[in-house]
Amino acid sequence: MTLLLQLDRIACIRGDRLLFEGLSLALARGEALWLRGPNGAGKSSLIRVAAGLLRAAAGTVTRHERCALIDEAAALDAELPLRRALDVWARIDGIDGPMTQRAMEAMALGALAEVPVAMLSTGQRKRAAMARVIGSAAPIWMLDEPANGMDDAARTRLVAAIAAHRANGGAVLLASHFALDIPDLAELDMGARA
Amino acid sequence: MTALLALFWRDLRRAWGSGALWLPVVFFLLVATAFPFAVGPDAPLLARTGGGMLWVAALLAALLPIDRLIRPDKDAGVLDQLAVRGIADEVVAAVKIAAHAIGFGLPLLIALLPAAALLAQDAARVATIALGLAIAIPALASLAVLSAALTANLKGGNAIGGLLVLPLAVPLLIFGAGMLDPSGRGAMKLLAAASLLLTVIGPFAAGAALRGLRE
Repeated sequence: MTLLLQLDRIACIRGDRLLFEGLSLALARGEALWLRGPNGAGKSSLIRVAAGLLRAAAGTVTRHERCALIDEAAALDAELPLRRALDVWARIDGIDGPMTQRAMEAMALGALAEVPVAMLSTGQRKRAAMARVIGSAAPIWMLDEPANGMDDAARTRLVAAIAAHRANGGAVLLASHFALDIPDLAELDMGARA
Repeated sequence: MTALLALFWRDLRRAWGSGALWLPVVFFLLVATAFPFAVGPDAPLLARTGGGMLWVAALLAALLPIDRLIRPDKDAGVLDQLAVRGIADEVVAAVKIAAHAIGFGLPLLIALLPAAALLAQDAARVATIALGLAIAIPALASLAVLSAALTANLKGGNAIGGLLVLPLAVPLLIFGAGMLDPSGRGAMKLLAAASLLLTVIGPFAAGAALRGLRE
């Protein structure tokens, strides 16, 4: 059992408020952890700390592999057609074209390949961001509310993508305020900690 | 390295695709066109003062696209995505400076020809101005990206950005325009020194500012 991500006694302060402290978690290959809790419980902050975007006030974060992040911003160039916007990240990540193609198919984006990102709906943009995560081939996925704005069909595809990623030896850190139908899912209730 | 090249081309494509290419160039030409109306069409006077005017116009043109350099990438989450990939903020800043230097510097040098003609500059002076601008462009790009990074969290940061950077750009202006003075022999070397200093400081200062944007 290889650990991909370790957080050891993390504390996080935003503004003057202590969001959480003494929080430890570990993700091994094939594992998924659901961070649950109400708005403001610190789910997004924990994800950003784990991704290295926020400094923890205390504790250590160890990432043993590359990670891919999805949050409220899609990070796709709005003026480009979807396929080319995803290719920008594929080039930065040094990923080949077929991988991007597979990622788009996984989120049923084939028909939207030539549509400019600015024209996509909220749910479509979320699917596109998910395709970016899948296409990055990073072993650690950090998904902050990935299903927001997605319809039922897209959620089913998201759940399938997560299952395929875990079967391939990836790990998933998922923040969501509602339940997704993911089997064998560990839980961390951040509302209960506060 | 390929990641950085990909990032560089992306920035360049965005700069040239969004019309940001034309804005500084049009502004530059506009100043060159308006100046003779303001001081009168006296060719010897224009020839004497026009070079300095072109330097002022180039400096302001460099600062014009500040609001497009960092803020859109911050809002779209692109900067976060680069940070997640472990690309250092200083490196991101350096790539953005390089892309801005090429993105606005090349068109500016091309626009210099018609602008210099409007201000009755002879061939020798045009060559001197072009050489000076070529030396100063990396420093101007560096200052523009720095102030863009510092003001990316502020509303109406564009105006403040210009104020922030203008004092730092004064040495470039003095030595750049000084190259046109027949007695200004050391001006080019001093311009190169000032440009080198600002170009080297830029990525580190802008990188620190990018890091600050995430807190």
